[in-house]
Amino acid sequence: MLNILPGPLARRLPPPSELPVPLLPLQPVFYRIVRRVAAKHPELFERLGKHQRTDFIIDVKDFPFALHLRPFPPALILRAVRRERLPKHQAAIAGDFRTLLRMLGAEEDGDAIFFSRELVISGDTEAIVTLRNAMDDVEGSIAEDVAEMFGPPGKAALARLNAMAEGPNSEGDSHDNG
Amino acid sequence: MKPRLTLGPVQYFWDADTKRDFYARIADEAPVDTVYLGENVCSKRQPFFDQHIEEVAERLTRGGKRVVHSGLAEVMLKRERKSCADMAEQDMLEIEVNNAAGLFHLPEGKPHRVGPYMNAYGEETIAWMVSKGATHVTVPTELPGSSVEVLAKSAAELGIGLEVQVFGRACLATSARCYHARAYGRTKDNCQFVCEEHADGMELNTRDGQSFLRVNGIQTLSHSYVNLFAEVPAMAAMGVTDLRLMPQETDMVEVARIFDDIRDGRIEMAAAEARFETLNFAAPLSNGFWHGEAGHRRITAKAAALA
Amino acid sequence: MITGDVVGELVCPAGTPASLRTAVDAGADSIYCGFQNATNARNFPGLNFTPRELAGAVDYAHQRGSNVLLALNSYPPAGKFDLWREAADLGAELDVDAYIVADMGVARYISEKHPDRRLHLSVQAAAASPDAINYYVREFGVKRIVLPRILTIPEIHEIKAEIDCEIETFIFGNHGLMVEGRCSLTNYATGLSTNMDGVCSPAHLVEYVKDSEGNMSTQLGGYTIDRFGPQESAGYPTICKGRYCNEVQPDGYYAFEEPISLNLSKLLPDLMEAGVTAFKIEGRQRSRAYVRKVVSAFRAAVDDVRAGRDPKLADLVALTEGQKQTEGAFKTKKWR
Repeated sequence: MLNILPGPLARRLPPPSELPVPLLPLQPVFYRIVRRVAAKHPELFERLGKHQRTDFIIDVKDFPFALHLRPFPPALILRAVRRERLPKHQAAIAGDFRTLLRMLGAEEDGDAIFFSRELVISGDTEAIVTLRNAMDDVEGSIAEDVAEMFGPPGKAALARLNAMAEGPNSEGDSHDNG
Repeated sequence: MKPRLTLGPVQYFWDADTKRDFYARIADEAPVDTVYLGENVCSKRQPFFDQHIEEVAERLTRGGKRVVHSGLAEVMLKRERKSCADMAEQDMLEIEVNNAAGLFHLPEGKPHRVGPYMNAYGEETIAWMVSKGATHVTVPTELPGSSVEVLAKSAAELGIGLEVQVFGRACLATSARCYHARAYGRTKDNCQFVCEEHADGMELNTRDGQSFLRVNGIQTLSHSYVNLFAEVPAMAAMGVTDLRLMPQETDMVEVARIFDDIRDGRIEMAAAEARFETLNFAAPLSNGFWHGEAGHRRITAKAAALA
Repeated sequence: MITGDVVGELVCPAGTPASLRTAVDAGADSIYCGFQNATNARNFPGLNFTPRELAGAVDYAHQRGSNVLLALNSYPPAGKFDLWREAADLGAELDVDAYIVADMGVARYISEKHPDRRLHLSVQAAAASPDAINYYVREFGVKRIVLPRILTIPEIHEIKAEIDCEIETFIFGNHGLMVEGRCSLTNYATGLSTNMDGVCSPAHLVEYVKDSEGNMSTQLGGYTIDRFGPQESAGYPTICKGRYCNEVQPDGYYAFEEPISLNLSKLLPDLMEAGVTAFKIEGRQRSRAYVRKVVSAFRAAVDDVRAGRDPKLADLVALTEGQKQTEGAFKTKKWR
């Protein structure tokens, strides 16, 4: 995923998706994120309707863990989980971090990404389509809202990630043109 | 009250001789009360049979059948609009209208039938049509029995006939584009009447080899034959007045006889089913739409009771 | 308020309140949308407006000089008319600028109960001849017809000469093939009806099935609609966009239509000349980014054409389904 380590060191470590990262310290961060999004965008969650109670797995291919999301406001869940021990779930989206990040932004057409083969969808297609439609009703960018939580370093990190997500083959101009 | 049996318009492109022989046999042997003549699907076919309609109508009338002239479902070209206007203005035959263009040309209040292509799904629409002179309505094939029940009551109050298709392929879609021609790399304008090759519709299977649909000119039909024989008693009880048999490439006289026996209570369902089996249809049976399920499905009595 | 004097009215879709605001901000003259139920033909999960959201949307639009058109373009089955009646009454209360209808019972109700409100005839009514159109104008006072996508420009010219109402045509988006309002393909495969429930290829009956070699088959209600190799992009399984086989075409072929998108940007001047006064963009189920991009592009194009300039359009191909585009029947009768 991220080439943040110096080359010689990066070459001696296992690939990022296999790093033995402890999950426990990550959980509070993810929980804060989902609570913040729920507070800022209640309409997103209302629009989910019965799928608030659906358990989604978001499998970020280049992370050493997957994410379990249950967008039920009275009992929100967003936590890191081990791929080999996934909790019971009804729908799953798999893709690399760059692709998923582009989905959370507001600049690109989600359908183009969604129905390309860059994302692999399995399980309850209706739940996933509902989630996508609900996310689209959010004014502004969810990714930006989350980055804001972490102050200026968050915003800087997001800017760097966006640039990397777009990569050398991108259109480049999707940020102006508002 | 015992429902009437009707024979719907032939949807496929059968040549004139085939049709005349077919209707001669119907006139002489089929226990149907009403026969619908006419072209619903493609105006290019009309010139081949129009010239015989009067003669065939007369033959059927002599055979004790009531005759209704049924009109085009899709109207766009000048000659199609003229066909609707001519039909609306003549007085020789009762008519069934399948397009709003046909309704437009009707003299004020002239009695007419409304066909299954007119989307009469609800009581308000039917009440409207009756206020403009409709005496009889055939409901869309996808309408579930629960809705037909409501409409049957409405129809009784309004004093009109209510008809349901009980046999034959369901029309699932129509289009301006001819899918028959397209399969052969042609367009509607230069089709060379390729639809004549498939007297029971052209197969359209999934890439897994599963039977799915049939193509007939601009029309897309179900592969399965709708067969609501087991539902006839319920239909009679709710007040459906007419049961429509759509002609398929099979012994339609025998099909009519089986339905005749069922409406008269002369035959058990199991025996009826056995008789249908001897006819060796080219397709499985279905009744999904009636039961509010996927149209291709067949819901049997036991399963229905559990539902 | 629609007066019918605007030539080149841009009519844009909104699947969510955020989309509506985006469309208004991007320059749409009118926005069409529906409630979260079977009363409209885009009854998809997570889409459409609650009554409160529609109220907010109408406020937002009216404050910025845009119109809101309420889609009530499905067919109420017997026993369920109340849902459509309530939706119509609510629309009047919320001061929508027009209703888009297909069913005669619905048209009659609105023309009698809300005679001061505009009725537009949906493409779902499949009125493709001056006779059919004039029927609806005569009986229900319909002020505008949304023409089916099957007509050529010369045919539109001829129709315009014989009818007494405004014409709206689609200019961009998903290419509908079957005569609208007459299609029960989805119901045959799934048990849910396009005409009665407002759904087409419902997501909860869609499955993407991958085999051991990486091929993907897309299925609806258990029927395989299409198959894709490991390197190919898999489309959504809409029955009329699938590939099928028979004796004439033993390899899978697009029996009905390729999954391509309508793009009439180059025909704008011809359409205006033929008498079309309103241009409709399809896509209530598309994202805000799509809405913003497409509406802005067509706003600029329509303004250019009205001012006598050549429309300069950004390439919209990337937003078209399957990345290919067509001018469909509008260009040539050979499409039929």
